Parts: sequence; structure tokens; C-alpha cells
Amino acid sequence: MLREGAMSVDYLAPADMAAALEMRGAGGTVLAGGTDLFPQHVGRPMTQPVIDIGGVQELRDIVDTPDAYRFGALARWADVADTDLPSCFDGLRAAAREVGSVQVQNSGTIGGNLCNASPAADGIPPLLSLDASVELTSTVGTRVLRLDEFLTGYRATALRPDELLTAVLVPRGPDGARSSFRKLGLRGYLVISVVMVAAVVAASSDGRITDVRLAVGACSPVAQRLPSLEAELVDRRIDDFDAAVIARHLGALTPIDDVRATAAYRFEAASVLVHRALQACGSER
Amino acid sequence: MTSAVAFQVNGAQVRADRSARRLSDVLREDLGLTATKVGCDAGDCGACTVLLEGRPVSACMTAVGQLAGRKVETLEGLHASGELGSLQRAFLARGAAQCGICTPGMLVAAAALLRDTAAPTEPEVKDALGGVLCRCTGYRTIISAVMDAHTAEVIEPPPPVGKAVGRRVPRVDGERKLSGTEIFGADGPPDGALVIRVVRSPHHRARFELGDLAAYVAGSPGVVAALSATDVPGVNRFGVIPATADQPVFAEHEVRFRGEAVAMVVGEQPAMEAWDASAFPVTWHELPAVLVPDDALAPEAPRIHDDREGNVLVRGNVRRGDLDDAFSSAEVEVEGVFETGSIEHAYIEPEAGWARRLGDRIEVAVTTQSPHMDRAEVEAILGLPEGAVRIYPTAVGGGFGSKLDLSVQPYLALAAWKLGRPVRLTYTRPESMMSTTKRHPSRLTLRIGATGDGRLTAMDFEGEFNTGAYASWGPTVANRVPVHAGGPYVYDAYRARTVAVHTNAPPSGAFRGFGVPQSTIATECMLDELADAVGLDRLEFRYRNALTAGVPTVTGQVFASGVGYRECLEALRPHWQRARVEAAEANAAGVATIGRGVGLAGMWYGCGNTALPNPSTIRVGLRRDGWIVLFQGAVDMGQGANTVMTQICADALGVDMARIVTLGADTDTTPDAGKSSASRQTFISGNATFLATTELRTRLLELADASADAHIELVDGRLIVHDRGLESVVTLDELDADGDDLVVAATATYDPPTTTLSADGQGEPYAQFGFGAHMTELEVDLELGTVQIRRITAAHDVGRAVNPTLIEGQIEGGVAQGIGMALMEEYIPGRNENLHDYLIPTIGDVPEVVSILVESGDPVGPYGAKGIGEHSLIPTAPSILNAIRDAVGAGVRRLPATPDRVLAAIAEGSGR
Ligand SMILES: Cc1cc2nc3c(=O)[nH]c(=O)nc-3n(C[C@H](O)[C@H](O)[C@H](O)COP(=O)(O)OP(=O)(O)OC[C@H]3O[C@@H](n4cnc5c(N)ncnc54)[C@H](O)[C@@H]3O)c2cc1C
Ligand code: FES
Ligand code: FES
Repeated sequence: MLREGAMSVDYLAPADMAAALEMRGAGGTVLAGGTDLFPQHVGRPMTQPVIDIGGVQELRDIVDTPDAYRFGALARWADVADTDLPSCFDGLRAAAREVGSVQVQNSGTIGGNLCNASPAADGIPPLLSLDASVELTSTVGTRVLRLDEFLTGYRATALRPDELLTAVLVPRGPDGARSSFRKLGLRGYLVISVVMVAAVVAASSDGRITDVRLAVGACSPVAQRLPSLEAELVDRRIDDFDAAVIARHLGALTPIDDVRATAAYRFEAASVLVHRALQACGSER
Repeated sequence: MTSAVAFQVNGAQVRADRSARRLSDVLREDLGLTATKVGCDAGDCGACTVLLEGRPVSACMTAVGQLAGRKVETLEGLHASGELGSLQRAFLARGAAQCGICTPGMLVAAAALLRDTAAPTEPEVKDALGGVLCRCTGYRTIISAVMDAHTAEVIEPPPPVGKAVGRRVPRVDGERKLSGTEIFGADGPPDGALVIRVVRSPHHRARFELGDLAAYVAGSPGVVAALSATDVPGVNRFGVIPATADQPVFAEHEVRFRGEAVAMVVGEQPAMEAWDASAFPVTWHELPAVLVPDDALAPEAPRIHDDREGNVLVRGNVRRGDLDDAFSSAEVEVEGVFETGSIEHAYIEPEAGWARRLGDRIEVAVTTQSPHMDRAEVEAILGLPEGAVRIYPTAVGGGFGSKLDLSVQPYLALAAWKLGRPVRLTYTRPESMMSTTKRHPSRLTLRIGATGDGRLTAMDFEGEFNTGAYASWGPTVANRVPVHAGGPYVYDAYRARTVAVHTNAPPSGAFRGFGVPQSTIATECMLDELADAVGLDRLEFRYRNALTAGVPTVTGQVFASGVGYRECLEALRPHWQRARVEAAEANAAGVATIGRGVGLAGMWYGCGNTALPNPSTIRVGLRRDGWIVLFQGAVDMGQGANTVMTQICADALGVDMARIVTLGADTDTTPDAGKSSASRQTFISGNATFLATTELRTRLLELADASADAHIELVDGRLIVHDRGLESVVTLDELDADGDDLVVAATATYDPPTTTLSADGQGEPYAQFGFGAHMTELEVDLELGTVQIRRITAAHDVGRAVNPTLIEGQIEGGVAQGIGMALMEEYIPGRNENLHDYLIPTIGDVPEVVSILVESGDPVGPYGAKGIGEHSLIPTAPSILNAIRDAVGAGVRRLPATPDRVLAAIAEGSGR
């Protein structure tokens, strides 16, 4: 059965972190779930050595540590969706269930989603709204960057060529915070977001917003938080504010016209989806 | 350097090189497990779905190196274990596998669901199968089959002798499609076949020079040859219509569209798996390109073909009556301009095949809709005499019109001819999308007038079609549309003019309906506006103006019967009235941000070529062993020709269907049954089957000296004829047999009665028309412009339903493609050459479809049957657009009606 003579690039499959970091130090393309990498190589070969980190078990787990939830870089979307997590993760888990298809969710990883850094990556707005950080590791050491510092531009990150993204860290948020995710695409499944919004909202017992974080994706090279809107919403009742307020605070968005929608439409849709994401956090109380 | 990885496939221990190779390649190439299909290599189609540790994953995105010690299951294993038995039976009974290319992925994904949930709900089924695309079925039969897999499926008992026509007979080739043993274009190349890759233009228009190909071959280990235009021994030109054939196999100095071929590289499989197109020696000089007719028609536009002035390929027209007069008698008029985009066929099977040279002959196995046309074209390209090329169609994983044109055939034949070794070629998805034909983008301008009481008086239509870089079926579109643009209605005067304009877009060709789906959008949307303007109910308005038997069509043709449009509208009327009331109630009571709407659209479509000869020939015989062999050359690309012809043959002969061996198309053995297009096979090849079988019956009865109403019985080696209580037995061994071992055989040709058209387009272009009307119920999110279709009700006059299950399958599949056309599909060269960015409907996008079959009979169809293949797509998009207008009070005239366009229409409109 062994097939001889395939002319392909070097393939490295480290079994543990130490080996993985060693190999990464020597250079090569990281392969995790492969759901971004393989589609980028349709009909053309991979030209760099491939470092397949899929076998590094310690990168798989999702664990609850004293000061943060730690998502191993290799946590797949299916794992995220299936893990029992507090309500502030409902938005992230909803996003996980909308990534591509069951097949994609069974392979694609949270780390791959962030490293690929597509403006339409569904994992990014929920993680921005959770104030997530990423842990980057090389043979030299480990550094932790806030997600918004890690994402530097259109499909660009602060990852160094010798580093692996090893974990996504989410600090413990306000108790009882609710969260939601709203994705707008042009078909039922297997669909790239035209606009998506993630919201995390904490409210006092009388329904006033005490803490709110909103992030919008696919409307700028990197998904954006909406700090001025967040500030404006604090102290308001979640079910009692004028939706028109939202539109005034979308200045950070710089959507473009593309095959999926016009820029003008993205502004309008973002505004509607922010409103609906907030309402969802309220109604789910 | 490379070590091995051991893992389990279907319970067996296997080993492969530890590498980043795709699991799909290892399964198919190394292990011969070809039930796992490859439609995209990018996660977008799900055809390659396998179970990894019990969970569905895309094998095309799974590195084999990751599998050490893990368990993989494919359809082969699930089939062998019997786990899927009841699901497979449900698929078969409901027609949930049409072409069958998506079926393995569907079954494997469903298997994972059914292990957890024996009786899943519809949303559960959709979530589980959302990652597998199907372009044929419209998904509804698949959903119901999975939901009901836990029940014992009732498969219709075999029809009684003489009663096969009209029955829900399961497809005769269904078992192969459900077990994963069907051989498609990529599935069967001989071991050791060399692999071909085609070098294509990255520019819409460019001059180019090839470098030193000999040096390139010498310097590329594993590469055997690099061939280009100078290697073509015959004519370096092809095209489905001989008079306008203009497309080179390899461009000579200039490429006219992005994706055009300039050379091919042939090499050993491992080397070609790692082939890097960027190392091929070619220098491009990009030239200014024109992509839309406005630019191509401008005086300063570059001439795309020297001999086609103004970049006009062809014009078409139909005129009847005095237009000025008829408009002046109109009291109400509407006019509008509609635009539709380029649409990709997006069959899940990319073009593929293999070929080998046998002495002075070439055999090409290929996924094709038109084997005999392919044969003639390939012979001309190779400069070989007639009959030197054998085209052997594999199973076709969807065609919809694009597999009528040559794709891989010339490359396969040329490489096998030159190199004397077997070769194979499978297009990548981007290559398939870049280089093969599209639905013509169009701009449709029309004006319609009516009297104040709602009688249509005049219609003036102009259609401008972007025919792309090469002619393909452009002339057919330009000639068919003027006949159909008015729809199945009666006008005092009518004028329809079309023009097909060359651009540097990919060639536009045939796609389910040859331009009629486009023109119908314009006409049916305008008719709604006209109905509103005269204050008539939209269905009633259509009913009053409907074409009926005995009334001349716009080409002056008069049908004495078989005009069932009014029956279709009548069938929809109760649904229409119910839906209108429900929508009004929902809008009055419901959420302010949701608008409910109902839309209607009608259609007609002539079966067969437009005013051209269009014969089919079928051969049938009795084999010495007592079996009937039907040489059925009408390619079955999923629509069911194999099954329909067998049903017709069974009844015409008066034998059990199970006694018939149906052999599919092969240019060496089956006579020319024409191409599978223009909804012609059931009608034309069906008639040829009927005639040939009737002739066979006559001869068999002669053998036994029996009367015309005698009963034929076939047992092994013997023919028994029962006639008026007497029984005569013919021992077949005693008769002479021909080369196919047939002791009695008959061949018949049917060519539908049509006439050529006059300069004004008057005459009898088609021998039969099918009619239909669709009704869409939907909701629009008034804040986002998104559309949720709730239900589509489709009534079609099919003459006589030879096989209702197959017809409903055609309707549901056509509806799904119509939904795509209306809401999401537009191909933009260079922008969305994959199934990630080019969106077709998924299982979550097709609502319940209610099919109503109207059987008005037909004087010329076999058993009264008409075509349906294209008809079913035509009224869907306009019914959706009309429903959107109904919901939001403003229409969308530029397709697809994406949320941004719908929202813009809402902003312009007056609201509900
Ligand atoms: C059909 C389809 C549909 C999809 N739909 C969606 C969708 O709806 N929403 C969405 O957001 N995404 C979607 N995706 C994209 C993709 O599935 C996700 O981005 C996924 O999370 C990527 O993870 P992966 O492990 O498969 O990445 P890989 O393909 O393995 O890697 C992606 C990139 O990140 C690098 N990388 C991966 N892991 C690491 C690491 N730990 N350290 C350093 N570098 C690393 C790789 O080198 C590569 O450049 C879709 C993909 C497909 C094929
Ligand atoms: S071939 Fe794997 S998803 Fe299309
Ligand atoms: S049957 Fe699904 S793609 Fe043909």
C-alpha cells in the first residue's frame, strides 16, 4: 500500500510542544486543521516545509484556570460548541456553530482562525468582545498579546515566523454577563459573513447596562470594537434606547464594496445587527 | 526522509507515506476507494466527506500524516456493513440521488447523524448535511429520506407488464449511485495513466510567447511532454455549432479570456501532483479587455474576432403584427430594463476523463452530454477519419448544458495520440469555473401594452446577451429567446430582437433554458406591473391572456392540443388565493420588520432544437439469451434518461422492465441519440425508443406468426408468444445472431416535425411546448433585505408523466437553481472562481416544494409525454422577484437580488 515517489515538500509532524517549537524555529508553514491552508493550495503545491502541529496534544484542551479560560490553539470549533462554558461564551459558541459546516467545525481550529486573520473570520468578533489575548510561544519564550494588538491588518498578524500561537486566553468577565452573535451571510450554510456582530452585556438587577462590549466583523480590514457606543450605552436600560444611536458610532468601520455586498449596505446591516445582538442579550436574560 | 503512517480505513489497516497529502487523494489514488468524490479540494462541496473517528470531515482538507492510529470510514465501508441499507432504499425510492456525485458525501454525513439520532428533525438533518452541496435534487428528497430512514421504506413494487409508463419506478442505475460504485469522469483511469495539466491565461486578454518547451520538459523530472498549438495535427478549432466554430484547443498568439488554454503539460502522476504552473515558460503581455457588451460595442473597442464586425456574433428576431398599431390601441403600458449576471453551472463533478490510443484509434472516456458531437469534433482536431475516435461517456456528475461543449476531450485525445500512453485529466474547480461556459449575462429591455380591461395588445422586447469570447451556443440563445420572450400569452403584435455580443468574458453557452430563464424574468415581472396597472388579479390577468390550443403563437404556429398553460394556472389558483390571504393576514398582524409576499410567474418552452433538424436514433434487440438489450445513447446526466427509455421500451414491447438491459451511450455501440439538452430526450429519444421497440415487437410477432395484440414472454433462451390462447415458442439459439449477439434487432430514428423560420421568425420552430407556472411565498426582512422563502408551488404541464418521481426531481432541482439565480449567483471572472465565493443554494436555502403535474397530453410526444428538464427552472426566479415586490412594494431589476439590492429597493419603494 505504501506509495512511492510522491514529490512533495518536507512534512514534519512534531509529537509535542518542544519538538514543534524547535521545528517552527527552523521555518515552515504551520498546519493545524488545514481548513484554510488546503483551500489556499487548490491545484498548486505547498512550497514551504509543512509543520503539522495536529499531533501536539497539549494544544487541544479548553481549560478553566483561576484567572482566565484557556483555549488551546488546536481547540476545534466543534470542541468550542460542545464545551460547557459560562453564558458570556454563548456568542463564541454560536459563532462556532456557524463556521462553515459540520465538516469544517470538526477540523478547523480557533488558532487557525486567528492566525489566518481573515476580515470575515467568525471567531474574531466574539473573542474581541471577550477581551481575549493570545499566547505566542517560541523556543525563546512566551509572550501574551491582546487580540486587537495581535491582529495588525488585512490578513496580517504580529505572529513572528518562529512562533506558534499556543493559546487563546479569555479573562473572567463580569458575573452573569450575557453574550450573542449575529451573522449575516448570503445563504444557509457554508457561508462567509457579510457582516457579523458579537455582543457581551452585563446588567444590574434593574436591567441597566453595567458593562457592554461590541465588535463588528467583515466591515474593516480587522474586526473592530465600538468603544464610543459601548460608553454611550452604559447605564441605559438594555431594552430602552433608540436604535438610531448605534449608527452614530460606527465611525471605526471602513467597509468596502465587494462581490458580497456594497459598503453602504454593510453600514446599515451592521447597525441593525448591533441592535439585534444587544436585544438578544436582553431577551435571553 | 518520509516515514509511513498506519491507520484504519473501513476496518482494514492501511499505510501511506507520512505527508501533507490530502486524505481524499490517498483514498482514491492509492487505495482505489473512489466512492469518496472530489468536487473542489477546498471544503466547499462536501463530496469528499468521510468519517474520522466517527465525525464527518472533508477528506480533501485532511492531511494523511495526521491519521496515525485513527479510524476512517468511507461509503464503501458503510455500504458493505449494511448500516445504511434503509437510508439507501429511501434515497432510491424518493429519487434523492440524481446524478449521484453528491450522494456519497450525503450518505456519509447522514450516517454520522443517524448514529446519534435515529429519527432526526428537519433542522437536525439540515445542520448535519449543510456542508454537502447538491446541484441536481434541490435537497428536499434527501431531507425526507434521512428523516424517514428509521422507517421501513416502501419501494413501489415493479410495475405490471405494460404499465411501466406513469409509474414511480426507481432509477435503473440507482444502485450504483447509492453504493458508490458508479464510475464518474475522474474515477476510472487505467493504472499508470499520465496526468495532464493545462496552462491557462491569467489575463482577460493578452498576447503571449511560449518559452523553450523542450528545455522545460528536460528540466522537469517526471514531466513527459509539453504540447501547444503547433502540436495539433488537425484543425485547432472547435465549437458546438460548425458554422460558428471558433475556439482553439490552444490559443495561438493571443488569448481572449481569462482561463483560456495555451499549452498542456503531461507527466507521471507523482510529479504532476506537485506540479507548479508558475514554473511553466510563458511570457504574457496583457492587452486592454472588454468584459461587458457596452464596452465591446463601443466604436473604439478591440475586435475580438477579425471576422465579426462590431463584436456582434449574431442577431435574432421574431416579428408579428403591426407593433405601432397595437401600442396605439393600448390604454396601459409598462416598460423596464432588467439585468442578469453570468451564472456558473456548478455541477459538483468537474470536467474529467481519460484516454488511450489503440493503434490508429483513440478511446476517450469522459463526462459529457453529447458523445457523438464530441467524437466528430475530436476527430477534426486530430485530423482523423470518421470513426477513429470512440467517446465513451462515464457517469455524468451533473451537466446542465455546459458538458455539451468540449472541455478535457481534445487534451486527452491529443496527449494519448502523441504519446501512445494512457492519459487522464481532471479539472480543478477554479479551472472548471474559469474555462467552461456560463449562462449568458443579459440586459433585457421591454415594453408591454394592454387595453384598459386587461387584454394584452403589444410587446416589444430587446435582449442583449454577453456571449463571451467564443461562439459556443450563442447563436442558439439568440434564436431561441425571440420565440419565447413573450411567454405563453397572446398579443396582437409582437417584436423580439436579440443580439449576442462577444466580450473577453468566458464563453457563454448552454445552461438549462438557453436564455429563456433570463427573458422570462423580464416579461413575468412586467406582467405583474401591468396586471396591477389595469387592476386585475395577477393570476387572473395571466389566465385571460394565456395561449390556448387553436390560437397562433408569436411565430404563427397553431397547436390543436397539448397547450396546458391555463390548466397550470387553474391548478395554482386555490394555492394562490390561500397564500394571498395568509400573506395579508401576516402583514397585518405580524412583526413590523418582516414583509410577507406571494409571487407568480408562468413559462413555456419548446422541446428540441429551434427550427433545425434534431434526430435521435435508438436501437433495440433481443439477445440470444432471452434478454432485451436497449442501446440507449441519450446521456443520462442524472435526469433519468436511462430509466425513462427503459420504461418506454418495456411498454412498447409489452415485457417486464426487469427483462431489459439498458446500455448507456458509447459512440462505438449506441447510435446517435443526439445531445442531452433542450429538454429533448424524453420527447425525441423517447419517440425513437418507442418506434424502434414497436418495430422489434412486430418482428418478434412475425417470428411466431402471431397477431398484433399477442403477448410476448421472455425466458432464458426462449421467446414465448401467447396469441388467442395459443402459445408458440421460439428457441433463440436456433436463430442467427449479429455481432452484439442479437437475434432480432430494430433501429429507428425520430426527428420532430418543425420548419425553418422566415426572416421575421415565422414558422414552426418546435413540435411541442411544455408549460408551467410557479408560485413563491416568502418573507423579507425589511431592515436587512434578506429573503426567506417559505414555499414554492410548481405546476407543470408535462403532457404525460412517464415517471412522476423523476419529474418531481427535475422540478425540485430546477427550483433550487432558480433560487440561486434569483438570490445569490453571479460569476465574476477573476473574483469568484471557486465554490467558496460563488454561492449556490445549500440545503438551508431550498424550502418545501409542492409539485403539481398537469397531464394535458401531447399529440407527438411518446405516450403524450413532453420535456421538463429546463422548464422547471424558468419561472422560479421571476416568481421570487414578484414575491419580493409583493412583500416590499418595489421590484429588483438587477439580479441576483442580494440583500443590499433588496434593501435599496425597499428604500426606493413606497413600502407595502
Ligand atoms: C468550506 C469552508 C468554510 C469556512 N467557513 C468559515 C466561516 O464561516 N467562518 C470562519 O471564520 N471561517 C471559515 N472558514 C475558514 C476556516 O475554517 C477557519 O478559519 C478555521 O478556524 C481555520 O483553522 P484551521 O485549523 O483549519 O487552520 P489552518 O488551515 O490549519 O491554518 C490557517 C493558517 O493559520 C496558521 N496557523 C494555524 N494554526 C497556527 C498556530 N497554532 N500557530 C501559528 N500559525 C498557525 C497556518 O499556517 C495557516 O496559515 C471556512 C473554511 C472552509 C474550508
Ligand atoms: S472535495 Fe472536499 S469539500 Fe469539495
Ligand atoms: S444528485 Fe446531487 S449533485 Fe447530482
